[in-house]
Amino acid sequence: MTHTPLDDAITRAHREEWARVVARLARRLGDLDIAEDAAGEAFAVAVERWRQDGVPPNPGGWLTTTATRRAIDRIRRESQRDLKHQAAQMLYDDTPPEPRGPVEDDRLRLVFTCCHPALSMEARVALTLRLLGGLTVAEIARAFLVRETTMAQRITRAKAKIKAAHVPFRVPSEQDIRHRLTGVLAVVYLIFNEGYLAGEGDDPLRADLTDEAIRLGRLLRTLLPEDGEVAGLLALMLLTDARRAARVSRTGELVTLDEQDRGAWDRALIEEGHALVHERLRVVAAGGEPPGRYQVLAAINAVHTDARSARDTDWSQIVALYDRLTVLDPSPIVRLNRAVAVAEIDGPEVALAEIARVADVLDGYHALHATRADLLRRLGRSRESSLAYDRAIELAGNPAERAYLNRRRDQLTP
Amino acid sequence: MSRYLLSVFGPAEPTEFGPYPSKKAMLESFADTGAFNDKLEREGHLVFADGLEPATTATTVDGRGDAPVFTDGPYLETKEFLGGFWVIEAADLDAALALATEASRACRGKVEVRPFHSEESIKALLDS
Repeated sequence: MTHTPLDDAITRAHREEWARVVARLARRLGDLDIAEDAAGEAFAVAVERWRQDGVPPNPGGWLTTTATRRAIDRIRRESQRDLKHQAAQMLYDDTPPEPRGPVEDDRLRLVFTCCHPALSMEARVALTLRLLGGLTVAEIARAFLVRETTMAQRITRAKAKIKAAHVPFRVPSEQDIRHRLTGVLAVVYLIFNEGYLAGEGDDPLRADLTDEAIRLGRLLRTLLPEDGEVAGLLALMLLTDARRAARVSRTGELVTLDEQDRGAWDRALIEEGHALVHERLRVVAAGGEPPGRYQVLAAINAVHTDARSARDTDWSQIVALYDRLTVLDPSPIVRLNRAVAVAEIDGPEVALAEIARVADVLDGYHALHATRADLLRRLGRSRESSLAYDRAIELAGNPAERAYLNRRRDQLTP
Repeated sequence: MSRYLLSVFGPAEPTEFGPYPSKKAMLESFADTGAFNDKLEREGHLVFADGLEPATTATTVDGRGDAPVFTDGPYLETKEFLGGFWVIEAADLDAALALATEASRACRGKVEVRPFHSEESIKALLDS
């Protein structure tokens, strides 16, 4: 299939306008179902109409108008009196036009509704990808390896709960926004991680999910340009994704950071990520709010992407950042990652002692055993190392990671 | 305004002081819950609230046959039962969740928030 300029125009309009069209309709109608269906119909009409009449000068405006007409038609067809009343209101809509300020953008309301804490995490992810990302139900189902009917039901249930329980379509109050935003960022980061190190399935990387997470991160950055953690998460995702091409070898094996071809890293993404990290450093230095989890993680990644070779990495800086992260998030996984950096400064023995403290809690986590295996290998404790590789391989779900671990284990002399 | 049921669950056979460890703890929770109820009333949220006797005092009735069948005990066979509830009115789920947080703190238990049918949802049901 060849791509025509029309296809490109529609793809671009879909990327740029989908969330805006859904959000505007959702606010005016108070009904996510109708908003989603009408937006879908408007894009279907666009494919036909734009082919005949050409792409309109303002595709977003055209789509919103078309979707609104479709929604009104549907409401008229339905017999519910109060919805008819709403339709009448839409025709003579005297509510003020959407204010221009980013915080008042309808898409931000949609973000907080899709990521509402009263919904399950699975439902939040699915709704966010469908209503904000514009992915089809089939695409989302494929990404999460569930049947399309299962995913459709998950989305329908979530929308039904939003409607029945009266989940509001608005940006949370000043006192709640920090907490609620943390929940939104967690949804986006989960989508990114699912794409970057897929836990199951045959694909080691799912670019559709990482790309979508970055798009959502950019949208949040547009909507909340002053927020440090929003900037931090976007920077973290950009700096991680910049290494994507170097992360899996041609033979389908995971390549660890120290062995990656740094020439294959995406310089544009790294520059964008570094700019965000530097912006946050300036704000913090000028007495702004201290950095949260995502900003510290972004800073750690910036130290890696700053180093021309693995040997040039400023490990003491990384350990210092992990110390900071431990204060914000004293989880065993953070302590495990910190131990990896400690090994580079104080040696594998010290790192192993650190890991021993989290070994019980993280016994079911493949990365614990993979890290132990590597440290034991460096100490020449081959037998123990080999056993740790066995455990890691057993627990790892990602095919590229399993391939890497297998090769490492097989290099050891039994 | 939307209407929500806030339910509190407790063990089937509570101790002397209900789900509380001591009489003092029980009285403190009663005082906090009373203050919370006053606030609900003052701010126009309260529809109804009360606590229930233990589930062992319940009788289940089946009136679908020719003669009613009475069975000793609650309908559901679980370890925890409804111990008390509020019916409140709130602007939306966020407001209801904020009130439920206060309710949970006052009664020292988890609170389930569940919306009632609305006029609109009943209509949708009838039209379907």
